[in-house]
Amino acid sequence: MSGSTPTPSAAAVPQAPSRPGVTAALVVAGLAALIAAPFLFYPVFVMTLLCFALFAAAFNLLLGYTGLLSFGHAAFFGGAAYFTAHAAKVWGWSPELALLLGVAGAAGLGLVMGAVAIRRQGIYFAMVTLALSQMFFFACLQMPFTHGEDGIQSVPRGMLLGLIDLNRPLAMYFFVAAVFVLGLAIIWRIVNSPFGMILKAIRENEQRAISLGYSVARYKLSAFVMSAALAGLAGGLKALVLQFATLTDVAWQMSGEVILMTLLGGIGTMVGPVFGAGLVIALQNRLATSDFPVTIITGLVFMVCVLLFRRGLIGELAASRIGKTLGMRADT
Amino acid sequence: MTDAAMTAEPRVVLSARGLGRDFAGFTAVNNVDLDVRHARIHALIGPNGAGKTTVFNLLTKFLQPTRGRITLMGTDITRMAPDAVARMGLVRSFQISAVFPHLTVLENIRVALQRPAELHRQFWRPLSALDVLNGRAGVLIDELGLTPWRDTRAADLSYGRKRVLEIATTLALDPEVLLLDEPMAGMGHEDVQMVAAIIRELARHRAVLMVEHNLSVVADICDEVTVLQRGEILARGDYATVAADPRVRTAYMGSDA
Repeated sequence: MSGSTPTPSAAAVPQAPSRPGVTAALVVAGLAALIAAPFLFYPVFVMTLLCFALFAAAFNLLLGYTGLLSFGHAAFFGGAAYFTAHAAKVWGWSPELALLLGVAGAAGLGLVMGAVAIRRQGIYFAMVTLALSQMFFFACLQMPFTHGEDGIQSVPRGMLLGLIDLNRPLAMYFFVAAVFVLGLAIIWRIVNSPFGMILKAIRENEQRAISLGYSVARYKLSAFVMSAALAGLAGGLKALVLQFATLTDVAWQMSGEVILMTLLGGIGTMVGPVFGAGLVIALQNRLATSDFPVTIITGLVFMVCVLLFRRGLIGELAASRIGKTLGMRADT
Repeated sequence: MTDAAMTAEPRVVLSARGLGRDFAGFTAVNNVDLDVRHARIHALIGPNGAGKTTVFNLLTKFLQPTRGRITLMGTDITRMAPDAVARMGLVRSFQISAVFPHLTVLENIRVALQRPAELHRQFWRPLSALDVLNGRAGVLIDELGLTPWRDTRAADLSYGRKRVLEIATTLALDPEVLLLDEPMAGMGHEDVQMVAAIIRELARHRAVLMVEHNLSVVADICDEVTVLQRGEILARGDYATVAADPRVRTAYMGSDA
């Protein structure tokens, strides 16, 4: 139509859609790895890793797919850990109910924090979430039910649905793996839904979304609460796995760690945060027994990634020739 | 101008009275009265910095007016939120092309269709739930000649086609009033002709207010012209009247600067 535009033949080539076969193969491989993992590694390590992977994936729902950088996600992760631990230990609730309470509690916290923070943009949003999560940290430090510096110790894992004894390591492992898969499936569904499409539109061009009649604050708040609830699922699960809930999980360092995991793996990709979490947890695990200072090493890894892999490990892979051949799309 | 346009003036759908906006002591827009009529193309012109885009932002409520009143189809919208105004049928475009770059042409248009179709809250349904919108989206894509690029990401479109996609997306809402901020900016001659034809066609059933620098386009397609200078209205009328006004000539030639 115009001389200034590229030739139609070049522009009209449709992008390669994500090949369903490849996606299915990856899902099957992932499930096989999940089933094999407890026989190859120390189960508690794998379970901890899965909890953090779910946490990072929940965080990525907000950062990667909505474009909101929260610096207060520890409040949901650690808060839910306290709620679940308290319900299971003091009230004697079954694990599934205790976990649900953690999710509900995190969602409630998310609603309150989100309602305050959501109308701020960029760095202001991050700062408000940080401030609110710090307030929650001090509340946890002072409230009697959290037992301050001691935390809630020896949380019982209990009987799942009154039938399955979660004190058996393998039973616990497969419960955690199932919750992890369910959590990722929920995130995948939210991202690839009519609602997820609006989230993407808001992330891409907020002004345009407003001019199309969308009240963007509502969608952002909904995404914030969903992300908080899923982070709570991960936090509650972790309390059952490690059988304790402490201040570490609500501290601001935890909010920073989940950002690190997500950025390392690649924001806006489904598997990126899972790999990022795996890398960080594995590094911490390895370095804990050595003389190397953990934080310096993870800091260095982070710097290298920022300098070399801007899109994160999985993001770079998806953008590379291998990823293109496999039909991966960086934003899905 | 056609005979139909010469007959009785059609109803006013968007109107502003005494509109003004100050930024920290600086008056960007002052005492602007504006009437935008159904099935008419109204141009807002003026030298750079005259406050045209600010008026747009005020009318669409992206900025809050310091003074004045805005009514849309009889409803006072002076204190409404921009998204609520959009839902009432006042939809705008932006100076810098506003598409969703990583979504395909089809997805861009479906995003606009999702809200009226009540398909924007369902986080539990698969994306295929949106396929019911493909028919309506396809018609729009077809009408605006974007069919070969249906599955192309908006970021990969040429500049002119991005603007066309933006118009298609806006049309998907079937708005009563359309505000176009420099729809021809940066376009080649052929694209200008194409977009001018599109605008003329869509103004048959709705009011259009456009900011435009290309005066030959304004002369060609606009029924009414309002000239802004330093935030105030300098002249108004049809193009011939405005173009003959010595004050307008001075403002554009810059001989008083």
